[in-house]
Amino acid sequence: MKRLLFILPLLVFAGVAVYFGFGLTRDPSKIPSALIDKPIPEFALPEIAGTGKPALASATLKGEVALVNVFASWCAPCRIEHPIFMRLARDNAVPIYGISYKDKAEDSAKWLRELGNPYKAIGWDFEGRVAIDWGVYGVPETFVVDKAGTIRFKHVGPITPDVLNNNILPLIEELKRKS
Amino acid sequence: MKRLAFLLMLLTGPALAVLPSERLADPALEARARALSLELRCQVCQNQSIDDSNAPLAADLRRLVRERLVAGDSDAGVLDYVVRRYGDYVLLRPPMREDTALLWFGPLAILIAGGIGAFVYLRRRKLTVEAALTAEEEARLKAIVERRE
Repeated sequence: MKRLLFILPLLVFAGVAVYFGFGLTRDPSKIPSALIDKPIPEFALPEIAGTGKPALASATLKGEVALVNVFASWCAPCRIEHPIFMRLARDNAVPIYGISYKDKAEDSAKWLRELGNPYKAIGWDFEGRVAIDWGVYGVPETFVVDKAGTIRFKHVGPITPDVLNNNILPLIEELKRKS
Repeated sequence: MKRLAFLLMLLTGPALAVLPSERLADPALEARARALSLELRCQVCQNQSIDDSNAPLAADLRRLVRERLVAGDSDAGVLDYVVRRYGDYVLLRPPMREDTALLWFGPLAILIAGGIGAFVYLRRRKLTVEAALTAEEEARLKAIVERRE
């Protein structure tokens, strides 16, 4: 009994060490979004001339499951994830909407001309104010919005095939099935 | 000359990220904005407040805080506005709520538990005083002491 009492601190320490050990494997730069399961913010952004795509407002995002991608031409990781959006758009997997973040309109337009334009509509957020309403703190960020206009998932950083296949696509399928 | 230099030195303020163009004309509102900015975490450079940070997003949030104040928000209203978008994580001082009780009172609880444990242990130890030396030990001790002398 007494021996148990001496071992107890060691056991407690081991438990805490394991718990914090797992904590260390998590990426502290990833902040959980406060907007999951919340309605999308009300916004109306101007279009980007030269893209041939309409402007983006909150009303556009209601009634269907959609991806919203915050991007910028100056953002290197956006270039990495771009082919994934191009493929999704070609396969008609899900409508993708773009928010151009703190980017010159002509730079965004040129970027999309060079790499292809996967977006159904694009909003130009030069001031970054609408992005704040979306809780964006770094580009790229991608949101999954359901038919009711509720944010269901957010990914910070470039979309990887892993995140796409394990998180985003299954969620989209599930949300599409729900009425 | 020296006096002038000294006076000029008094005029300088600490180096801060807040740009002169961001400041509000009303000193009372500006003071509130500064106090609130110290409470808000910059999400880009996470251990700096938006008051300290040079990140563009921190500048945007400083401007937002001032806009909300000018619009007539209370201090709590401004913090709430930012928290609704970025979550509790933006608050450098976590809020005191039921689900954060462990965070706030955990250390105190551990200190009290440890204190009680130490108190009980020390009390019990005092009660079991070492028995006096036996006659044999007494003789050995005496021998050792005498040898050293």
